[in-house]
Amino acid sequence: MERMTLTRKLMKFGSTGQIVTHLLFIFIVMLCLYPLALVIGISFTDETSLAIHGFKLVPLKTSLNAYTFVLKESDAILRAYGVTLLVTVMGTLSSTLVIALYAYALSRKDFRGRKFFSFIAFFTLLFSGGLVPWYVLCVNVLHLRNNVWALFLPYLMNAWYVLIMRTFYKTNVPDSIIESAKMDGAGEYTIFFRIVVHLAKPGLATIALFNTIVFWNDWWLPLMLVNDPQWFNLQFLMYRVQSNIQYLSSMAGNIQGVSADILKRLPSRSAQMAMCILSIGPIVMAYPFFQKYFVKGITIGSLKE
Amino acid sequence: MADALPRAPVLLRPSRRRINFALLSMLLPGAVALLLFSYVPMAGIIIAFKDINYAKGILGSPWIGFKNFEFFIKTPDAWLITRNAILYNGAFIVLGTVVAVGVAVLLDGLRTKKTSRFYQGIMFLPYFFSWIVISTLAFSFLSTDLGFFNKVLFPALGIATVNWYIEPVYWPFIIVFTNLWKYTGYGSVVYLAAIAGIDQNCFEAAALDGASRWQTVRHVMIPLISYLIIIQVMLQIGRLFYSDFGLFYQVPMNMGPLFKATNVIDTYVYRTLVNVGDIGMSAAAGLYQSAVGFVLVLASNLVVRRIDPEKSLF
Repeated sequence: MERMTLTRKLMKFGSTGQIVTHLLFIFIVMLCLYPLALVIGISFTDETSLAIHGFKLVPLKTSLNAYTFVLKESDAILRAYGVTLLVTVMGTLSSTLVIALYAYALSRKDFRGRKFFSFIAFFTLLFSGGLVPWYVLCVNVLHLRNNVWALFLPYLMNAWYVLIMRTFYKTNVPDSIIESAKMDGAGEYTIFFRIVVHLAKPGLATIALFNTIVFWNDWWLPLMLVNDPQWFNLQFLMYRVQSNIQYLSSMAGNIQGVSADILKRLPSRSAQMAMCILSIGPIVMAYPFFQKYFVKGITIGSLKE
Repeated sequence: MADALPRAPVLLRPSRRRINFALLSMLLPGAVALLLFSYVPMAGIIIAFKDINYAKGILGSPWIGFKNFEFFIKTPDAWLITRNAILYNGAFIVLGTVVAVGVAVLLDGLRTKKTSRFYQGIMFLPYFFSWIVISTLAFSFLSTDLGFFNKVLFPALGIATVNWYIEPVYWPFIIVFTNLWKYTGYGSVVYLAAIAGIDQNCFEAAALDGASRWQTVRHVMIPLISYLIIIQVMLQIGRLFYSDFGLFYQVPMNMGPLFKATNVIDTYVYRTLVNVGDIGMSAAAGLYQSAVGFVLVLASNLVVRRIDPEKSLF
């Protein structure tokens, strides 16, 4: 074993190679972080300073106006934060439960209908009816419009996650444990919630995290199914602000006096950036803790059975 | 790994007659969701063959055969969006794979595991940003009057400013770069795991034969993960007609002058439905995408199955 790791070490780059590779990755890391740093910088810059000097990494004149505006003066943003939180919690819990149960039944070798239900899940990865029938169904038949259900029900099932979860059960929940629980007279639900869930915790955590990101980052469902500002989530509100400021600044070109005055009073650009920072803040802060689960999930997802 | 687990005792073997209602009830919520959100819309593809009249409803509207498809094919957009989808996906597949494999090989070559994990972690981060966030990040660089390029970097270098959101020529590069920026970290994870899983004896044998690091990479590492590369590429080819709606709609901020470079089938279907309100043609374009996509995914899966049956989708 020791000999092997030694050979493995020999197979790493030499010292020049090490330095060059490190330099390359430092460059890539900066490429990844620079846009983020720029947006943070803009969000803390005074709006008039922005108008004169443009978007700079280091603020020439710092200001907290954007954040006071976003957090104190605007009900819309706090409301959108609330919608995002509500939908993320409801969506993650329900979707993870639905997927966990579906995948569990598929993972049981003794379950009759396993093949059929596997097929109907995986066929959705191959073919879809497209956007139009889906939209007509959601709006006209299911009345998923301008309500909380519209923001998470369409994402309840996900065949990829079912695939990952099924593989996880198969490799981590031994048949013999289910068997002996059965012989002790435990029912299927007792077995699932008392035994299987505990054995499959890392897998469930992975799926729950995937779901959390999906719901937190979603703007597609509001784009399709919401036009009442009451149900705007954070991402969608950002989208609206983005297109609205564009609209405002294009107006300012035509009727200069009035619009320019309005633009000056609103910390519009810095506020837009502040919203962006507030929306990714929780992800970035929780990132070091959840990153490994994602790596695990992707690796399982790329394997099969 | 499954082989290591104890084999199922007789009781767990498929029983021929009995249906396990408890397990069936566990499936039920998911099955209903699939039925509603995937299978009912599949039946809804009849919309593409009808002249939809809101007063008569979908079932009552008259059948018009392939008229909607004829209208769609005759628009200049049909060719443009198909070409864009194929070219962009082609670029994503080639560059995305080369960069992801390259990053994985380089990360594996680093001596310090901690820093290599750190790099990987940072590169993975953009994957968790929504397209709205990324379009804001892009805007901070590209904004015509305030952006970092036009207002800070270009004046310093003495380059003329660019109307980024008006001139389509730059967008193929912006879109390909943005896609790489978001997905490289994600893409390299799979390859890094595969490299870590290679039997150490292979490297040892290469070292004993006096192979250099680069020779080992070229003749041992890449051939040993080539099956995975082919599979990943085939899976992407199966989705050649599908595009990331957010990348093509949000990042260019839905700007009309850029459509030549940014319109793909997904954005076309959306705009035809929502902005134009032509439900029939939108459904026809959507079905065109699904049908070709289905054929492509079946064909690519066939290839995958020949390489490694375990990795095929079915």
